[in-house]
Amino acid sequence: MLEYKKDYKAWLYMAIPLFLLSVFTFYPLIKTILISLFSQYNAIDDSFGQFFDFAAYQTIFGDKNFINAIGNTLILVFVSVPVSTVLALLIAVALNSIKPLQKIFQTIFFVPYVTNTLAIGMVFSVMFSHPLTQGIMAEGLINTLFQTSIDWVGVTATRNNWMFVVLIYSIWSGLPFKILVFIGGLQSISKQYYDAAKVDSTPKRRVLTHITIPLLSPLISYILITSFIGAFKAYESVLAVAGTTGRTLDRNRWTAVAYVYDKIGLSGMDSNYVSYYSRGAAAAVMLFIIILIFTAINLYVSKKRVHY
Amino acid sequence: MDNMMKYADYSENKALKAQKTAQIMSKFGTYTFLSIMAFIVIVPFYWMLNVSFQSSNEVLNSLNTSLFPKVFSPKNYINVFLYSTAQQGNINFPRYLLNTSIVAVFSTIGGTFFSILVAFALARLNFKGRELIFTILLATMMIPGEMMVISNYITVSRLGWVNDPGIGSYLAMIIPFLVSIFHIYLLRQTFKQIPNELYYAAKVDGCKDYKYLWSVMVPIAKSSIVTIIILKLMGAWNAYIWPDIVANEQFKLVTTWLRSSFTDQAETGSGRVLINYQMAATVIVTVPLLLLFIFFRKYIMSGISRSGVKG
Repeated sequence: MLEYKKDYKAWLYMAIPLFLLSVFTFYPLIKTILISLFSQYNAIDDSFGQFFDFAAYQTIFGDKNFINAIGNTLILVFVSVPVSTVLALLIAVALNSIKPLQKIFQTIFFVPYVTNTLAIGMVFSVMFSHPLTQGIMAEGLINTLFQTSIDWVGVTATRNNWMFVVLIYSIWSGLPFKILVFIGGLQSISKQYYDAAKVDSTPKRRVLTHITIPLLSPLISYILITSFIGAFKAYESVLAVAGTTGRTLDRNRWTAVAYVYDKIGLSGMDSNYVSYYSRGAAAAVMLFIIILIFTAINLYVSKKRVHY
Repeated sequence: MDNMMKYADYSENKALKAQKTAQIMSKFGTYTFLSIMAFIVIVPFYWMLNVSFQSSNEVLNSLNTSLFPKVFSPKNYINVFLYSTAQQGNINFPRYLLNTSIVAVFSTIGGTFFSILVAFALARLNFKGRELIFTILLATMMIPGEMMVISNYITVSRLGWVNDPGIGSYLAMIIPFLVSIFHIYLLRQTFKQIPNELYYAAKVDGCKDYKYLWSVMVPIAKSSIVTIIILKLMGAWNAYIWPDIVANEQFKLVTTWLRSSFTDQAETGSGRVLINYQMAATVIVTVPLLLLFIFFRKYIMSGISRSGVKG
């Protein structure tokens, strides 16, 4: 009986938070899946309608905008994550090998972490500006420096151009977290390994590939998994760099998440009688499945490759 | 013999010298690499300041942006402070700041309080289903928030909070994200490290669970709690898409203000964008975070790296 009394107390501690989590995390998770399957879901009276099918999924895979959005997302993921991870690793190793100025460099490299994604994205947009970017304005830093007149992020920018800027921004803003984690890892590697390598006069490159990277591999795998997940959810960075004012973003520049957000508030149905909400929900579920698959692959590869 | 010695000495010296030059070269290379990267990291901050101090005339009427403001115009910061348009409900920066502060304060206090309660129950109390709850929480932590966003929008709009010209807008921005599973996890890990003996000793002395939590565990876990508070504050300050979707015009946050167009109305009436105002706004939004970082550097960095190493 005493045990029961205690049980009840513990649940009391968690009652309100668990209630909030149920309403705003667990319930919506299931509901989103249901909305994606009931293709005539009506948001106004919250009724699921009578069609339980894959029509919403069929529609989004026939939707040029969705395919394009997935394409954009994949480019972002597979360029920005590897590049920023390698750069962060190099910076961390370099930082770890110096003594004077180490603290100052470390602080500088960490500063982008505590800034607003939106704000600095807008700065990048201004740096890459062109007379056509926002109304009529001066050439920005990059065009001025390189004596060019390329529309990087404006309305006439090609996909390569705006994607290039978004990628640079994603790499730039992804660095600090990774550097910080890698430095933490490097400092916990025992000095013995390096002393042994020194006695054998092992070349630096071999020390990096045969000691540092294997010993850091659990952290590298952790960083890869979290940043892949983060990159799949990219939206705000693209909006800040390549969007116009407010939340307006050209359809060709959508990411998967942008596609989902675009469907919020559209309570009607499209010409195939599939509700916009169902389409958005289907896109969210697809994104989730893609993330799940990539995380599983990541975990599988790291199980084989990571040295614990 | 003597000659031989000299020769050996000389060759050794040469090898040593070569080694030393190689060492210096590699140090030089390291510093060059770090300096270049640090420069790239800093450039956007410099550019933000540079453009924010340029005059409207310069921004609108020159072909190339100059590396320094030609006419130093700190007045931009005052103008941008009072800037408002009819499309955005005629509200200006102080009002946006008030909205953000209200959201930040309530979500920080509420979120931290609830995280402490759940983390305590999961770390210290024994009850049936504890492992199950923890497993469910861990599993949901991996699921992207975008999965919930559509249903949450429907929920808050059915509660009448969406675009509500009253307190509903605040509720819509605060309540859905109040409890963070990640913060619960972070705190639980810290609470777990506090030895059980302390708990039993307190029990023997007749200390109630609730009192034990607030007078023993919370002070011990102070640094984790500060980390959570800072993460919550940063989250509220940076939140954009969700608040922009659900809040009424009068209740939008500073990030929405940041994305407003800052068009040139008074000066030429052509509706061109004043990027100097835009950048001044960006500076205003960025500086509080940098201050937070300067004062709480230790907590922020340890919080981030801990969440990293534990993963």
